[in-house]
Amino acid sequence: MKTLLVLLSLVMASPVVAQVPYERILEASSEPGHWLTYSGTYGAQRFSTLDQINRDNVDELRPAWTYQARSLQKFEVSPLVVDGVMYITEAPSDATALDLRTGRPIWQYRRSLPDGIVTCCGQVNRGVALLDDQVFLGTVDAHLVALDARTGRVRWDIEVADYTLGYSVTVAPLALEDKIIVGISGGEYGIRGFLDAYDPVTGDRLWRFWTVPGPGEPGHDTWSGDSWKRGGAPTWVTGAYDPELDLLYWGTGNPGPDFIGEVREGDNLYSEALLALDPDTGQLVWHFQFLPHDIHDYDSTQVPVLLDAELDGEPRQLVLFPNRNGFYYVLDRATGEFLVGKPFAKQTWALGLDAHGRPIENPDTIPSAEGALVYPDDDGAANWYSPTYSPQTDLIYQNVREKGGIYYLADATYEPGEIYMGASRRVVTGEDPGGFLRALEPLTGDLVWELAVHSPPWAGLMSTAGGLVFSGTMEGDFFAADALTGDVLWRFQTGGAVYANPITYLSEGRQFVAIAAGNALVTFALPPE
Amino acid sequence: MVHPMKFLSLATCVVVVMWVSVLGVFCVSPAAAWQDRENEQGQRLYESQCGSCHGPQGNGGKGANLAQPTLRRASSDAALFTIIRRGISGTEMPGSPLTPGQVSSIAAYVRTLGRVATENVPGDGTRGEAVYRQLDCARCHTVDGRGGVIGPGLEDIGARRSAAHLREALLAPEVAVPSGFLQVRAVTRDGRMFTGVRVNEDGFSIQFRDLSGQFLSFWKDELDVLDREWQRSPMPSYEGRLTPDQTDDLVAYLVSLKGTS
Repeated sequence: MKTLLVLLSLVMASPVVAQVPYERILEASSEPGHWLTYSGTYGAQRFSTLDQINRDNVDELRPAWTYQARSLQKFEVSPLVVDGVMYITEAPSDATALDLRTGRPIWQYRRSLPDGIVTCCGQVNRGVALLDDQVFLGTVDAHLVALDARTGRVRWDIEVADYTLGYSVTVAPLALEDKIIVGISGGEYGIRGFLDAYDPVTGDRLWRFWTVPGPGEPGHDTWSGDSWKRGGAPTWVTGAYDPELDLLYWGTGNPGPDFIGEVREGDNLYSEALLALDPDTGQLVWHFQFLPHDIHDYDSTQVPVLLDAELDGEPRQLVLFPNRNGFYYVLDRATGEFLVGKPFAKQTWALGLDAHGRPIENPDTIPSAEGALVYPDDDGAANWYSPTYSPQTDLIYQNVREKGGIYYLADATYEPGEIYMGASRRVVTGEDPGGFLRALEPLTGDLVWELAVHSPPWAGLMSTAGGLVFSGTMEGDFFAADALTGDVLWRFQTGGAVYANPITYLSEGRQFVAIAAGNALVTFALPPE
Repeated sequence: MVHPMKFLSLATCVVVVMWVSVLGVFCVSPAAAWQDRENEQGQRLYESQCGSCHGPQGNGGKGANLAQPTLRRASSDAALFTIIRRGISGTEMPGSPLTPGQVSSIAAYVRTLGRVATENVPGDGTRGEAVYRQLDCARCHTVDGRGGVIGPGLEDIGARRSAAHLREALLAPEVAVPSGFLQVRAVTRDGRMFTGVRVNEDGFSIQFRDLSGQFLSFWKDELDVLDREWQRSPMPSYEGRLTPDQTDDLVAYLVSLKGTS
């Protein structure tokens, strides 16, 4: 007993240490051994300066450990790694902490979900955010939960929106200095979209930016009648942050109903846009709408990639945006000025972009009773999965889906919590859909190289200072390509389709690469010295 | 307990009822006999299908404490029936392949656990909360997600454990160490010793938290000694350190912690 009391007194003396203060995330590029935020850094380049695994030795890469998720849903997680622990989510809305050395679980948060949850595209989750000693998880019943990072025990659990109306959270939250940013899913259910910020300590909501403006708000007149009430514009993919400009960048999804424009005449702000928000207030600083009045369900919910570069002899603060609609965009991220727009995939919905980047729509592709063929289909040329920019090669890499669809108008009557889309889709007979890993010149969108893959991919990318780009395929291959040439230098058959972004980190001084594939999280490393 | 009348045929029972009515003696009706059989079946199924997690008297363990008048997730009989049939998504409560009749029997039996098991908790929960603070229980335990990580979270301990169990855990914690909180002692090959609470273990590795809450992970071939200290607990006994009233109060406070719905 005496020993125990002595030990307990030691417990009392030990301070509670914040694991991931904001300053660490801010300087994430200075500690590449960890992966502290969804896209690696706030700038979202998804590039790691680790180079132990490189062009010369990547062919020796081999599995280290595997973690099997219990869910058979798509495993879309982008893991975070800090101080010997990997934090993942498992569908539908569970979180797990794994010991980095062994892959063994440290804790698991299993959420009990109500019946009646609706999600368009799987009850999935793309990851957690970390801030101080807490883990933040969004759930498909549209809650945000703060967990004790040491135990997974619930600190607080708040409702973001009403799941019975079709709202859900699948996005990995983004932790800023003193707030947690959370987007919403449900663009196929006639929701009214928003982006929220919450107090990390109390769970109180600090602000909400409605992506569909209400009466009296700027942009409200871009919606006819009361269509704004069901206007969609969800925010279901994690954005980026520029600490110098103090601007938060976040993409918005399709207006609702997805395929019928007549019931929502106007540009339908702020659907299909990139938003630049003041993170302290949630006030809109600028926006660029890629696709006014979309009728093809081309959510502009991709990861914005921040890049400082010289353009036409002038240093510029840029944001790169390979859009699901098939165009590659470059904007000035201080002002929102349109600089470049160029197709990076087969697209037929636009005849081109005007000088301001506004598309000239092709009337032949509007969904109709007879059926209208359009490229890409509504899964897009890109989607939620991440691009990567490598400062080593000065190239941006994007997994590209090449697939068309034929769209037939259908009824869209709004009923709370029910599908509100307005078209049915048929595949193109005789077409063999495919895909590519493409390397683009970041300031022009010009194609530098491409690597064909068998099926339209759903895998995100990561580039490293080892001269590599990591990607995956629907057939279960996880591979590393030479970032300069696109040559495949290593591959591993994981046994399950890759619907996730890769990450890399150090464990006990050795570099590892991790990817979710099928129902497994697999890590790889070179053989020990 | 099988009622001695339950095997009488309907006709026999009617006759007996006529006779005993005259004599003024109570008789079990056919409906009551049927109910007895139902209860017996429910108990038998409960013990074989549910008891390993919820305890033989429903006092909880790995599963929830069912020996209480209202169940947090099953406020209605229909909800209880659905939970037994389908399980609870996201938890370890599985669905059941039993027939609807068998599920109904279990549900009816679970309701009786709550009726008979209303515990006498004599203490005062408000005073108990003060005792909790005074003892600094939060050094090792969490309530509302805040506190230490060495001991079990107590957010919903009152929904999971009976008062009797909690009293025992306070007075003789080594008898009531919950699963997942095994105390271990490890000595590395280079002579460093660690004591803590096991988080996970397999044939080749072990993970635990030392008593400061620090997470540790070892390959077993890095260790010279690995003792699993069954029957020990990092928690001291409060036998003799609390007055009977304080113990009652603390138990009453813990019983009041039901978690969020």
